[in-house]
Amino acid sequence: MTAAEAADGRARLVVVGNGMSGARALEEILARGGGERFAITVFGDEPYGNYNRILLSEVLANAAAEDTDDDEIFLNPRSWYDENGIALHAGVRVVRIDRHAKVVYGDDGSVTPYDTLILATGSRSFFPPMDGMWAGDTELTPGVFGFRSLEDATGMLRHVKGRHTAVVIGGGLLGLEAAAGLQAHGLAVHVVHPTEVLMNQQLEAEASKVLRSKLEGMGMHMHLGVKTTEILVEGGAVSGVRFTDDSTLACDTVVVTAGIRPNIGLAMVSGLETQRAIVVDDRMRSVDDDDIFVVGECAQHRGEVYGVVGPLWEQAAVLADVVTGANPDAEYHGSRLATKLKVAGVDVAQMGVKTPERESDEFVQFSETGRGVYQTVVIREGTLIGATLVGDVSKVAALTQAFDSRSALPAERVKLLFDLGSAEDAASAADLPDDTQICHCNGVSKGDLVGCVHDGAESVSACMAATRAGKGCGSCKGLVTEVVEAASGGAGVADPADSYYVPAIPLDKPALMAEIRSRGLKSVSAVFEALAPEGRDHVGSKMGLTALLRMMWPDDYVDERDGRFINDRVHANIQRDGTFSVVPRMSGGVTSPDQLRRIADVAEKHEIPMVKLTGGQRIDLLGVPKEKLREVWADLDMPSGWAYGKSFRTVKTCVGTDFCRFGLGDSTQLGIDLEERYKGVEGPAKMKLAVSGCPRNCAESMVKDVGLVAVEGGSWQIYVGGAAGATIRKGDVLATVDSHDEALTLVGRFLQYYRENANWLERTYDFVPRMGLDYLIGVVVDDVEGLAAGLDVRMQEAVDAYADPWAADQTEATPGQFHDSLPLIPLSQVPVRS
Amino acid sequence: MSGRETVSTRLGPVEQIPLGEGRAFLVGDEPVAVFRPRSGGLSALRAVCPHRGGPLADGLVDAELVMCPLHNHQFRLRSGECVSGGGVSGVAAYTASDDDGELVVSLVTPDG
Ligand code: SRM
Ligand SMILES: Cc1cc2nc3c(=O)[nH]c(=O)nc-3n(C[C@H](O)[C@H](O)[C@H](O)COP(=O)(O)OP(=O)(O)OC[C@H]3O[C@@H](n4cnc5c(N)ncnc54)[C@H](O)[C@@H]3O)c2cc1C
Ligand code: SF4
Ligand code: FES
Repeated sequence: MTAAEAADGRARLVVVGNGMSGARALEEILARGGGERFAITVFGDEPYGNYNRILLSEVLANAAAEDTDDDEIFLNPRSWYDENGIALHAGVRVVRIDRHAKVVYGDDGSVTPYDTLILATGSRSFFPPMDGMWAGDTELTPGVFGFRSLEDATGMLRHVKGRHTAVVIGGGLLGLEAAAGLQAHGLAVHVVHPTEVLMNQQLEAEASKVLRSKLEGMGMHMHLGVKTTEILVEGGAVSGVRFTDDSTLACDTVVVTAGIRPNIGLAMVSGLETQRAIVVDDRMRSVDDDDIFVVGECAQHRGEVYGVVGPLWEQAAVLADVVTGANPDAEYHGSRLATKLKVAGVDVAQMGVKTPERESDEFVQFSETGRGVYQTVVIREGTLIGATLVGDVSKVAALTQAFDSRSALPAERVKLLFDLGSAEDAASAADLPDDTQICHCNGVSKGDLVGCVHDGAESVSACMAATRAGKGCGSCKGLVTEVVEAASGGAGVADPADSYYVPAIPLDKPALMAEIRSRGLKSVSAVFEALAPEGRDHVGSKMGLTALLRMMWPDDYVDERDGRFINDRVHANIQRDGTFSVVPRMSGGVTSPDQLRRIADVAEKHEIPMVKLTGGQRIDLLGVPKEKLREVWADLDMPSGWAYGKSFRTVKTCVGTDFCRFGLGDSTQLGIDLEERYKGVEGPAKMKLAVSGCPRNCAESMVKDVGLVAVEGGSWQIYVGGAAGATIRKGDVLATVDSHDEALTLVGRFLQYYRENANWLERTYDFVPRMGLDYLIGVVVDDVEGLAAGLDVRMQEAVDAYADPWAADQTEATPGQFHDSLPLIPLSQVPVRS
Repeated sequence: MSGRETVSTRLGPVEQIPLGEGRAFLVGDEPVAVFRPRSGGLSALRAVCPHRGGPLADGLVDAELVMCPLHNHQFRLRSGECVSGGGVSGVAAYTASDDDGELVVSLVTPDG
């Protein structure tokens, strides 16, 4: 028995923090028989049992009408602790943990030993530094309040009698709740918020606008895009505030809701890893100490710190499973956030992402400003990944379910928001009222689109051109199509624009290539001039044309650098902070001590923030400023790995016959030979290959654009059209060949056919099924159309024309090619790992 | 911006910007991206994308628009207006001109 064990043989469990998550963790622990296992002690620096912090908004608002029943807010009164044999030290603050002696020190002088410690210290209000805020070291100027604790709420209630004007600093959720509460007491309320978007944590701009007009309609005054610089004090109490533009506003009450900060001071002085909050592993333990668990707003799990209770409940359950041994392997994997709130009387629900993030994300948007209703859903590949509802949350249950279960969605996405004729079962875009706004960017209603069809527009693109619907973010295109199709009698109007190789030129790929060839167009600007309507150039079409011309004219293409995407201008991948990544070629994933030494030297010399093994079997140097790229390349003295291009990328290999006891073919050598031969060849999209030495398939050949597998008898199976990225598809067998050379040739011929015939950005996983496997075998393997020789010759030309871009661009190709594009802006968004 | 004195800064030869591309400069403390579309003229925008801080000078450009290299939001070269929706605000537009081969930028909204 250790000294720390309680006299009765139970281990000692100490909880610091008696807020919502601390108490919840206790309840979960008791529910798993923790009462028998542990002698439990709880410290809370608030002088009561545990209460429901969420109800503070109501406490503040309701007390205006009637006296609130204080009991309602308490979740666990003091008697609950007694009944469960828990020693509660309410009003005692823990000031230090001695992790070696395993004791905690209270500010009442107490020293309490523990075997297991739980930190649930929550957060506190953040008070931005500002003149006039503080009356003393820890005392706010009379009339200034935070909004976090019961004491804050009751303090405000005592203060408001006979007051007239309140300023709320910070228009987030708490600020708006405080504003509504104070308004209920008859105060004129001004909300000051530094950006144009109220509640920007939960809402995007459009949703926030609807909320704003609703709140303004209720008489709140909004000061957006404005900051408070000073709190004015007269006779020891608040008399007003001053704004950035030096104007002032008289008031007698100020509520500061400018954010919260996790309480991590205790953990910091006790030597636990803290970043934004206390860092925990998947078992909710501090990463430094297996006996210390952390739960609630003071915990940082996988980089996330949560500020609503849903996730805290999930954390508490995992913690209790582990602490009590009920399920020692339980793991918390993070929470998907779904929040439903009533903000100042307005219903708001938000889950997942706020706006579409990828071009392929679907976005359904409905807004009825008059009624103060705004709703959006974001769908990725058939799954709901986000929804925002303001003013009308009647669909929140179904949406939350679809969001949590990732379940199938109705084909007509509008059904997610409306019970369209559920009785008549005639649900479709046809049932939307005419004034429904379909395109939010350009303010086009359903009626506008229907009118357009009645005026004779025949296709979706004609309607879009006439009304500009779908020409903004493009996210409403699906809904526009539904509306137009319904209006034109359901007959799916084929949209010729879908077949264009690039949007700005009304030609499909074969026709475009024929024009380019017959007119001898060798630069992007020449193509626009000759073939685009009115000769106009177009940002969204430049990359595709550049790739096409480089493929068509390997030797005499006119290289206009402005036609390239930035990655292709500087031969590196742009990162979120404007720096770049450098991936040298390591053919077949094989390297050498000498290369590794050079990479290490470069990483040290240039202070590379992260050196990482990629999923493509090579090494990535991340976070290189544009100005330093050429120096890094020169010091590396290795060729480019083309990790940035729509081009031939990598050939993953396994060890094969070199070392593997199962190897049937020399996969490593074939991989190196393929990569050396086809390196950097550009195309409509990325080309990734793999070679495996036997059907155990360690290089994952079946999910590559082209994958080879050695089989018994010295042959190679060639798979094409496989994928394991955004899409998963098993490749199809194009051919089985008997030699290394045959494999090289056939792979080249397939890739050349793909380069010449695939649409812009069409990966092989779409191309192969579109062409049909039998057809491809006919063309590429059996040469039924007599194309093989030409394909081989043109691929050879591309191979011959290859030059390593890192070597070629050691001298600037254009003025300022490697100049910094964000002068003076600190590169702060990329962490440095050592 | 009333009351603020207009600063015109001479930034050297227009040729430092390749045709059809953009380059970034500092005008006082302000990072400014100057573009030279193939259709002619010069335009200037604040160099930092209002979406997530992308480097607009690295974007692709046509006669009317620049497309941010990070998430493809598009902004009008003349006005800075964001035309790609998604609630992204516009970016400040400035005046750039070619004074006998020299690039001159001032931090005022271009007219028209
Ligand atoms: C570095 C790397 C991740 C890593 O740290 O391991 C990576 C990084 C990126 N990938 Fe990847 N992918 C990497 C391996 C992969 C793999 C695995 C592989 O290559 O074996 C896949 C699945 C296979 C595939 O390509 O389908 C993969 C599927 C994607 C996709 C989805 C493509 C698809 O159509 O399915 C994208 C998005 C796209 O291409 O539009 C993408 C895009 C990206 C971009 C370029 C994002 C972008 O557009 O900027 C990332 C660049 C980050 C940067 O700043 O450098 N990356 N990416 C890997 C580089 C491998 C290499 O050595 O070249
Ligand atoms: C007005 C208001 C409205 C809200 N509305 C909602 C809502 O609608 N929906 C929602 O999901 N969430 C809402 N929240 C957020 C929610 O209340 C919090 O996420 C939740 O309370 C966090 O629980 P916690 O245990 O981590 O922290 P807390 O509840 O803050 O508990 C931490 C406790 O630890 C104590 N403590 C700190 N340090 C020490 C120490 N060293 N020694 C002893 N004790 C210490 C603190 O005094 C506090 O009592 C709201 C919050 C507020 C303030
Ligand atoms: S999966 Fe690829 S694209 Fe996505 S974050 Fe990772 S590296 Fe970037
Ligand atoms: S940062 Fe410019 S589009 Fe995202």
